[in-house]
Amino acid sequence: MKPPRFDYVAAGTVAEAVAALADAEDARVLAGGQSLVPLMNLRLARPSLLVDVNGVAALSGFEVRNGTLRFGAMCRHRFLETDPDVRERAPIVAETAGLIGHVHIRNRGTLGGSIAHADPVAELPALLVALGGQVVASSTAGERTIPAAELFEGPFTTSLEPSELLSAVEIPAHRQGDGGAFSEFVLRHGDFATAGVAVILHRDGSGTCDALRVAGCGLGPTPVDLSAAGEFLLGESALGSGAAEELGSRVAAAAEPTGDVHGSAKYRRELAAVLAADAVRRAWARAGSSDWSGRG
Amino acid sequence: MTGVRFSLNGEAAEVDVEPRELLLDTLRDRLAMTGTHAACEQGACGACTVLIDGNGVRSCLMFTVQVGGSEVRTIEGVGSPGSLHPIQQALSEHHGLQCGFCTPGIVLTALELFETDPHPSRQQIVEWMSGNLCRCTGYINIISALEALAGTAEARS
Repeated sequence: MKPPRFDYVAAGTVAEAVAALADAEDARVLAGGQSLVPLMNLRLARPSLLVDVNGVAALSGFEVRNGTLRFGAMCRHRFLETDPDVRERAPIVAETAGLIGHVHIRNRGTLGGSIAHADPVAELPALLVALGGQVVASSTAGERTIPAAELFEGPFTTSLEPSELLSAVEIPAHRQGDGGAFSEFVLRHGDFATAGVAVILHRDGSGTCDALRVAGCGLGPTPVDLSAAGEFLLGESALGSGAAEELGSRVAAAAEPTGDVHGSAKYRRELAAVLAADAVRRAWARAGSSDWSGRG
Repeated sequence: MTGVRFSLNGEAAEVDVEPRELLLDTLRDRLAMTGTHAACEQGACGACTVLIDGNGVRSCLMFTVQVGGSEVRTIEGVGSPGSLHPIQQALSEHHGLQCGFCTPGIVLTALELFETDPHPSRQQIVEWMSGNLCRCTGYINIISALEALAGTAEARS
């Protein structure tokens, strides 16, 4: 239960980090370490070099740029969950971060680390898909952006190159009329979710739904975009009788979960239906409320 | 080997370690802080919880080279056999421990809880403590001990 030997670089800047990544054969970035270090302790991961980015100040905090919220990759879950600015400007991010693990995991775990790890049952990758966000990948060649739709390739596999550092996460800034909710099922508080569904929608000044996106975790080999299941709600001004359940049925039909020790494929489909219905009800109500702060 | 200096329960500590050495092992094997308990060593149980700059972390998921310049607090820095910390006293009075293996992690996790929120509800206590496994008590007496302390002045220190 001890990691094999590795070389270690404590990067002070993004430039130092990407230079170290460019030079190495089999390097991994050490962010919060809450997924990577267990894998190393179990010797399931054996990187030759760890590039520690915990000391890179430029990877913290967030800012608004042209209608986009840009989060540094090292924003820790606990910061996202509790920071008053994040709760106001990105309430769905705060709510979702609070669902992750236990408080001591959230004290260390990071936004960028969770997304780069690409665990198919993790919350933040699914939220990124639901929000239609993108990540910024930095390397010695410069920066490029990767939309969420092009990032997740398989379980624990992304389109990031080994020489790239996931340096920032960008999502659309919260607008009046936005509503979102992340619903998940866990056997015990703080455990990995068996399944989860995020619904992000927008209602215009008259209350009509003009945008709706759905994504799930634990429902496929990657976070899955299930937005097509919700198209029937576009143009609706009320969530009519049976509409939430209808979305649940369509999400369950579109999801392609596999069974494992935590639940069969059939069970996960049934969870998806219930969770999607719950999430759309909450998101719809929040979109119609003028003061959704992520607490409701 | 890398030299690492940090504060341990208020006193200066200095060790030479390989990058792969876990903080858990440094505390136990080099610094004799054996109250930090090694159990799952994969971040699942909470027995190795310590506070770093006031934040609870799992010392099996941090490398010692990462804590340079930090303030590390272990159970040896909380109360003493002759003068228990109020959290320790409450756990004792409510039978919130049996074998005691998880107790150091429970105490440090509760310490951070009361420093974050002196008035947690029972539900908030349950959620906050959910990352610390206990195989003896069934948790009820741990929660009751902390609930009895919630809102009292002694909980913080």
